[in-house]
Amino acid sequence: METIASGQPWIIWAVFSPLVGAIFAFLLPRHASLVGCLAALATSGAILGLVRQVVEFGPQRYLLGGWGAPLGVDLQADGLSVVMLLTAGVVGAGVTVYATGYFQRSSQAARAFWPLWLWLWTAMNALFLSADIFNLYVTLELLSLSAVALVAVSGNADALTGAMRYLLVSLLGSLSYLFGVVLFYGAHGTLDIALLGDLTGPSPADWVATGLMITGLAIKSALFPLHFWLPPAHAAAPAPVSALLSALVVKASFYLLLRLWLDVFPVSTPVAGQLLGVLGAAAIVWGSLKALRQKRLKLLVAYSTVAQLGYLFLAFPLASTLAAATAWSGSVMFIVSHALAKTAMFLAAGNILRSVGHDRIAELGGAQRSATLSWIAFAIAGISIMGLPPSGGFTAKWVMLQAAFASGQWWWSMPIIGGGLLAAAYVFRIVALAFAPIGAPGTSKSVPKRMELAALGFAVAAVMAGFATLQILSLLDSGAPFGQIGAEAVL
Amino acid sequence: MTWNAALPLLVLASSLVPGLIIFCLPEDSKRTRTLLNLTGVGLKLALVAFMVWGVDQGARYEIRLPLLPGLDFVLRADALSMFFALLSSILWLATTVYAIGYLEDSPNRSRFFGFFSLCMTATLGIALSGNLVTFLLFYELLTLATYPLVVHRGTETSLRAGRVYLSYTVTGGVVLLAGIAWLYALAGDLEFTAQGFVAGLVNDHQTALVAIFALLIAGLGVKAALVPLHGWLPQAMVAPAPVSALLHAVAVVKAGAFGIVRVIHDVYGIETAAQLGVTAPLAALASATIVYGSLKALYQTDLKRRLAFSTVSQVSYIALGVAIAGPVATIGGIAHLVHQGLMKVTLFFCAGNLAETLGIRDVTEMRGVGRRMPWTMAAFTLGAFGMIGAPPMAGFFSKWYLASGALEAGQAWVLVVLIVSSLLNAAYFLPVLWTAWFEDPAEAWPAERFYGRFETATTLLVPTVCTAVISLAVGLFASMPFSPLQWAGLVASLEYQQ
Amino acid sequence: MTATMAYATAGIGLFVLGLYALSAYTHLLRKVIALNIMASGIFLVFGAIAHRAPGQGADPVPHALVITGVVVAVSATALALALMLRIQAETGQPRLPDETSD
Repeated sequence: METIASGQPWIIWAVFSPLVGAIFAFLLPRHASLVGCLAALATSGAILGLVRQVVEFGPQRYLLGGWGAPLGVDLQADGLSVVMLLTAGVVGAGVTVYATGYFQRSSQAARAFWPLWLWLWTAMNALFLSADIFNLYVTLELLSLSAVALVAVSGNADALTGAMRYLLVSLLGSLSYLFGVVLFYGAHGTLDIALLGDLTGPSPADWVATGLMITGLAIKSALFPLHFWLPPAHAAAPAPVSALLSALVVKASFYLLLRLWLDVFPVSTPVAGQLLGVLGAAAIVWGSLKALRQKRLKLLVAYSTVAQLGYLFLAFPLASTLAAATAWSGSVMFIVSHALAKTAMFLAAGNILRSVGHDRIAELGGAQRSATLSWIAFAIAGISIMGLPPSGGFTAKWVMLQAAFASGQWWWSMPIIGGGLLAAAYVFRIVALAFAPIGAPGTSKSVPKRMELAALGFAVAAVMAGFATLQILSLLDSGAPFGQIGAEAVL
Repeated sequence: MTWNAALPLLVLASSLVPGLIIFCLPEDSKRTRTLLNLTGVGLKLALVAFMVWGVDQGARYEIRLPLLPGLDFVLRADALSMFFALLSSILWLATTVYAIGYLEDSPNRSRFFGFFSLCMTATLGIALSGNLVTFLLFYELLTLATYPLVVHRGTETSLRAGRVYLSYTVTGGVVLLAGIAWLYALAGDLEFTAQGFVAGLVNDHQTALVAIFALLIAGLGVKAALVPLHGWLPQAMVAPAPVSALLHAVAVVKAGAFGIVRVIHDVYGIETAAQLGVTAPLAALASATIVYGSLKALYQTDLKRRLAFSTVSQVSYIALGVAIAGPVATIGGIAHLVHQGLMKVTLFFCAGNLAETLGIRDVTEMRGVGRRMPWTMAAFTLGAFGMIGAPPMAGFFSKWYLASGALEAGQAWVLVVLIVSSLLNAAYFLPVLWTAWFEDPAEAWPAERFYGRFETATTLLVPTVCTAVISLAVGLFASMPFSPLQWAGLVASLEYQQ
Repeated sequence: MTATMAYATAGIGLFVLGLYALSAYTHLLRKVIALNIMASGIFLVFGAIAHRAPGQGADPVPHALVITGVVVAVSATALALALMLRIQAETGQPRLPDETSD
């Protein structure tokens, strides 16, 4: 791995821009939203700069303070990190715009939201760029703590208890992960991902450490049946926070799991892979069925997240085969498309809730007169959630299906395909409401245009993401995180 | 981008762009909306006509954009696609004019015409798709674009019908996706090619190919209303009349039937399909559908439901013709794509006129209606005789080619199906005609409205009469160049050339 | 049994004990304490691991990491306690809603 190739150390700025923003947003609460926008701008710029560097010069590694492993802290950016960063950047920038309309200026909630959100962004970017497993623990914990605090921002009983349950489960997950870190260090005396990868093997200590880490990260990624904490927390949070949590935060722990699976865990763990796949398939079915039965719109969207996260785990059983690179590419494509679509859905749900004053599904029929664009956004985002072409959800499914057939494990295609059917059922449960006759007028409040446009923008982006599949997959190849050339390996 | 590559995109844009603009229009800007609608239709018709001429001259219209690893988004014009595209454009013109008149003062017109245009974009996309993935894209878009039209009235019944419609079509789409993904994993190609692209795999993957064929046909059969996948169609009758006309004559059922033709001709190839032994079961299924649909139609007293079951029956002629695996029968089947479209759209327009003008929805209420609305009933009569297959109507030629093709292919049993079906067609259409022309009218019509000079609104009457006349003309002038029958012959010759 | 093993076993014991308490008790304060005990268990194991071989000095890295870990645990505990107090103020119960018995 080379050190920084040339020009600006964008990799540093990607972490520091939101950090500086967080500090200023905390110190200047009256101007928090302005600071937030500037920080979002700077962070997006830094991410784009880093993307360009990675595209031009390949993976980047930066030694903070020049110390280097094992004592120093290294930052590292390969294709996988960059795709995650970019996803976080797009979602983050859009949600920032949305939040300027959502939170009243210098309200209690706004004062809490802006520093916490920028802090969350800092932790997330640092997580995607960290190269040693203890540093990853710290970033993971920072991410969780700021996410928990964000859930509690609205301050009502639902939000507080949701946040508390989230915190307890999340700490349990982190501790489980930390125990794994300790065992790996005890066995091999290093924390660096690349160095560890060469040393781990099928020894008992490594297996225990692997098991603890997988369990901890599965809890944090809300893998069925450890998902119970997600819906109340995501549904009770303010809309921009729900979007960030569902689109990004759960993906961050999945990213970590993926990273460790690829680079650290003892090679070929087919049993664990099959188990994760089964749980993923169960998540698709269970999450969708629960979504179908929810009485509140935001809970429905949250359970949809549980279901969609299941798809990500279907890559694990396929990963011990020749089709591994294809399967991982499909999984990452799912992360990207789900992030866009779910952001759109939560933002749209937030707009609907604000315009109608509640989100009880039974009483939403005919409420489309106000916040019409948000209903449209919800429906368009549904295309990607259902996995219909040409959306990113479809191309992700397609790549995953090809991996399932190519690996000879065709039965994994069944949850992939069947999940779309279940998704259609819960998406149209909501969309059909928009065609009921217009309800009684007068009760609806107007929603700022930029909030509606943000939701619509994400929905359209989720559908158009399908046409960017090849670009995303080729960006992913930088540094060959999956061991092969992903885009070509799909063929 | 060259002119020839841009043309297929322009054809899609000519309905997509007006559709998107219409979504944004306020309810009361009727004039702008009508102008946009008609401009779009006119432009599309002109472009498609130009391309038909071009394809006949051997021009190549193709555009591809990378979509997936190893797979492109492809739009291409060949003989079969232009056949379907031209039919769709002409019927879209008629249906748009009709819909403008029909929905004169109902709410949500911008939404309606927006989705109407999207629906047309999807149909043209299906026609021009150059591979199965592109086909799937538009096939699903069609599902999404027609759903709002089915539930347009927003009543409890229509929402329920919408649910039924979706549960059938979305499931169909999913099954189709499974088949396509599997096929790609096996063949590494999805490009429509004359005589198919799977011939090389028959020896090693016979079972898989049969299974994939079953998946593809099941997925397409939902929209083509093959028994037992037809359950959504009669339910969807709650939609406004122009939607029924569109769903039954052009967009949805034809998309399914067109897809079946594509799969047999350009994915498997007729020889490979016959070699795999999959055409015979399909022919049997189509025959069962033909007889079953006609039998059910006999027992319906609601006019639109009777027409719906008649559609179930008639669309399967297309699948039957292709599945018989002989050039002559294929001509009959493919020509029926157009013939049935013209006749059925006429019949649905008539049903809409009766409901709109006199409030008639049931065949028992049609006593003597021929005297009150002679033009409408004349059109209805032409359509009905076409369905029965009386010469010189277009329907006669479809059946004639099907029958002689079956004999040529040594499958005489098809004759029995055709005869039974024609008798049943006569049994459910002739009494209606008798009632309408020769019985005395009731004292008062259920809900009569008056429209100045003509028996009904001009915008309703003109499209009805026009499609009736065209459906007569394609029969009378069946041997002229560019007639559906001749064009179907061109399509069949591409498939059967050696 | 060496001293290292004794510390490590004790650490694992604390982790398991904390895990039990976390699931067995519904009072939020008990849950928070349980998590802290689990964390202490891990730190104990980490400290023990620093003893690499007899006669050599301790490995400094685990100590540095334990200190970082303690800082993280303290802030997490602070957040948990703050949330607990708010929950008690809002609902009158120091428990999560669907877990009423202790």
